[in-house]
Amino acid sequence: MTRKTRRLWIVIACLACISSAAALTLRAFSSNIVFFMAPSQVKAHPPAPDRTIRLGGMVMAGSLHRITENGAPVNSFNVTDGQAAVEVHYTGILPDLFREGQSVVALGTVQKDGGFTASEVLAKHDETYMPKEVAEELKRTGKWDPRFGKAPDAASWDTMTAKKAGG
Amino acid sequence: MFGPEQGHFALALACVLALIQFVVPLWGAHKRNARLVAMAPFLAVSQLLALAISFFSLVMCAVHDDFSVQNVAANSAASKPLLYKITGVWGNHEGSVLLWTLILGVCGAAVSAFGRNLPDILRGRVLAILGGVSAGFQLFCLLTSDPFDRVFPAPMDGQGMNPLLQDPGLAFHPPILYTGYVGFAVPFAFAVAALLEGRVDAAWGRWVRPWAVAAWCFLTCGIALGSWWSYYVLGWGGYWFWDPVENASLIPWLTGTALVHSAIVVEKREGLKIWTVLLAIATFSFSLSGTFLVRSGILNSVHAFANDPARGVFILALLALVIGGSLALFAWRAPSLTSGGLFSPVSREGSLVLNNILLCSICAVVVTGTMYPPFMQLLAGRTISVGKPFFDAATIPLTIPLLLAMGIGTALPWKRAQLARTFSHLFVAAIIAAIGLMLCFWKFSGALPIACGALAIWVMAASVTDILRRVGLGHSSMSDMLARARNLPRSSWGAALAHIGAGITVLGLCGMSGAQHAIVEIHVGETRSLAGDDWTLLNVHDYAGPNYRAMQADIAIRHNGKLITTLHPEKRDFTTQNQTTTEVAIHTNFITDLYGVVGDRHGTGADATYVLRLHRNPLAPWMWLGGLVMAIGGAFSLSDRRLRVGAPKRAAARNMVQA
Repeated sequence: MTRKTRRLWIVIACLACISSAAALTLRAFSSNIVFFMAPSQVKAHPPAPDRTIRLGGMVMAGSLHRITENGAPVNSFNVTDGQAAVEVHYTGILPDLFREGQSVVALGTVQKDGGFTASEVLAKHDETYMPKEVAEELKRTGKWDPRFGKAPDAASWDTMTAKKAGG
Repeated sequence: MFGPEQGHFALALACVLALIQFVVPLWGAHKRNARLVAMAPFLAVSQLLALAISFFSLVMCAVHDDFSVQNVAANSAASKPLLYKITGVWGNHEGSVLLWTLILGVCGAAVSAFGRNLPDILRGRVLAILGGVSAGFQLFCLLTSDPFDRVFPAPMDGQGMNPLLQDPGLAFHPPILYTGYVGFAVPFAFAVAALLEGRVDAAWGRWVRPWAVAAWCFLTCGIALGSWWSYYVLGWGGYWFWDPVENASLIPWLTGTALVHSAIVVEKREGLKIWTVLLAIATFSFSLSGTFLVRSGILNSVHAFANDPARGVFILALLALVIGGSLALFAWRAPSLTSGGLFSPVSREGSLVLNNILLCSICAVVVTGTMYPPFMQLLAGRTISVGKPFFDAATIPLTIPLLLAMGIGTALPWKRAQLARTFSHLFVAAIIAAIGLMLCFWKFSGALPIACGALAIWVMAASVTDILRRVGLGHSSMSDMLARARNLPRSSWGAALAHIGAGITVLGLCGMSGAQHAIVEIHVGETRSLAGDDWTLLNVHDYAGPNYRAMQADIAIRHNGKLITTLHPEKRDFTTQNQTTTEVAIHTNFITDLYGVVGDRHGTGADATYVLRLHRNPLAPWMWLGGLVMAIGGAFSLSDRRLRVGAPKRAAARNMVQA
């Protein structure tokens, strides 16, 4: 075994591993990337029913209600970005930090009727933290400019949306 | 004596000492001035002393409730238990950076203390590099995140700590994890020193390996503890979320594991030298980037409780300096390192090379999955995320050949292996693995858990049979075997233990893939069944804790009418922070965890219903037990005479000086 053949073996092993790693990564990316969408985007372009997305926005104040279905608790609430609202259904225990009028990110799929079935609900971690996607989306749609103070709570957005619709 | 000003002064003093420690020995080594080089250990110890005073001062501020200190006011409260006042010191950004530099100081002092047998020049250079990194982090601490900042007027009470962090598991998680991260600074410093010297040999491998193994042990423990914490505190029933912060600790663990293995080849066969140096640099670079990912807001994460982009710029510059500088030095000096002995592809060296390639491929996948979303956000403006499905699909197929190779590798001799002989050595292990495969078919469901479970059994069986073969089972007497067992190097026992630990962890992961859970809403007295067990909600009552109010549920679990246990999960309401936390109740028999969570109460009086989440997690404790066994294996290998830091061969050291 000369130095050259040894190097050849190592290069072959490296190439085999790296190319299989790349192939696996690409394959996993194509089927498992999760896109973030705001409620208005979901309303405008509903994703395919089998596609998992992350839906983010504010929980509309007064929209949370619970029912019991086959002995399991189902939570329903509306998530809004100030332009549109999507009704989210989630079976399970809402996170400790979940509050009406505060930001939330839900992982799940959009149903045929336009509702959203969440498999996981993430609430923000402390009083000052808002999920980055939600903050970005608010800034993008012009609903909130961080230069002019704190993010508005969801209750005031409802009136914002209503005013827009009425006027 | 230990007020905030004294602490601040001590930190500034440590920073100056670290700068001197960086400059003087390097200059001395360049000028071949032995006296300048010999100053390095003294400087390292004094720097540690100054840092210890600084850190102790911060602890005292927190213990004495000095709310005129901004950091204490923001993160502590008078009503907090003493333990959490102390551990709260590193539960926030400023304190954790101070802890980081303190551990780096300890590493420097340890190199001074245990490295007496190193050649003076090499030790001086290693300490200088450690001093440079230390100075960078202390400047970061002083300039952008001063833990001793005063606040005026001082508030009457602090804002309190995030209740999620008030937990013994998390209290000791950061120091252990940080020791792992920072510990890789020592192999990094050795690598840079070797590049400066232009020389890597077997002695270098012998010196660097204990430090890498020690750091690896701490990192392994830290990751296992963090995973255990999220399992029993967050109450989601999960143990690993493929969250950027978790990945930031997994990435250096993967390269660190590769480093621990490739350093063996340097030590025994003087091969893979350039590669080992590169791995040492990469591992520490990933550790540094890990801190960067956690501490700046660049990666959005469920753990992000302390993000501040302004500090990111400083850290980014520091990272560019350390990583860029060391890689540039590598590019410049690495070609001058000569490569060592020849080996055939089927040999111990060959299997270690394969291990390195596979570990680095997994690492590349994890890095891609972690970095792709923020880059997409930055470049294309699309917010995406990747989670468990992506990482499972991309990493498990690479783990399978890794596990396969783990079993074969230890049975191969150095340089060249005869296949027939190796197969005869592995015959028993293969039979055990085949039996294991049947067991897995019976217990697990799904192709991947079955395959991985059988391979985990294969790894464990191969490790055990390898040790048994080497003590001469079957052709020696009992006393002879005991004598051989005593003479077997401790590093062999350590390696076998670590591999067994890896097998246990993989089995735990396979078991957890079959976890079952149910979410129910029931009245007091009602019963629900999950996977053959009957869970009865007996009672729910409220009580007041030291700084919270709690609702506690009593849940009885019966199997075929026989009482197994009563769980007491709680929901706690922390009034200071207006936050609630979930206290999970877990019953374990080390085979299966029964895991209960109590959620909201709906309605009042006798009509009230409670939301409960019930989990049955097979083999869950094995995941962390395996991590512990791996770390014990590493520690055992550290106690090996040949590896002991204080006892490298004198002759080798002398050769190094002459050369």
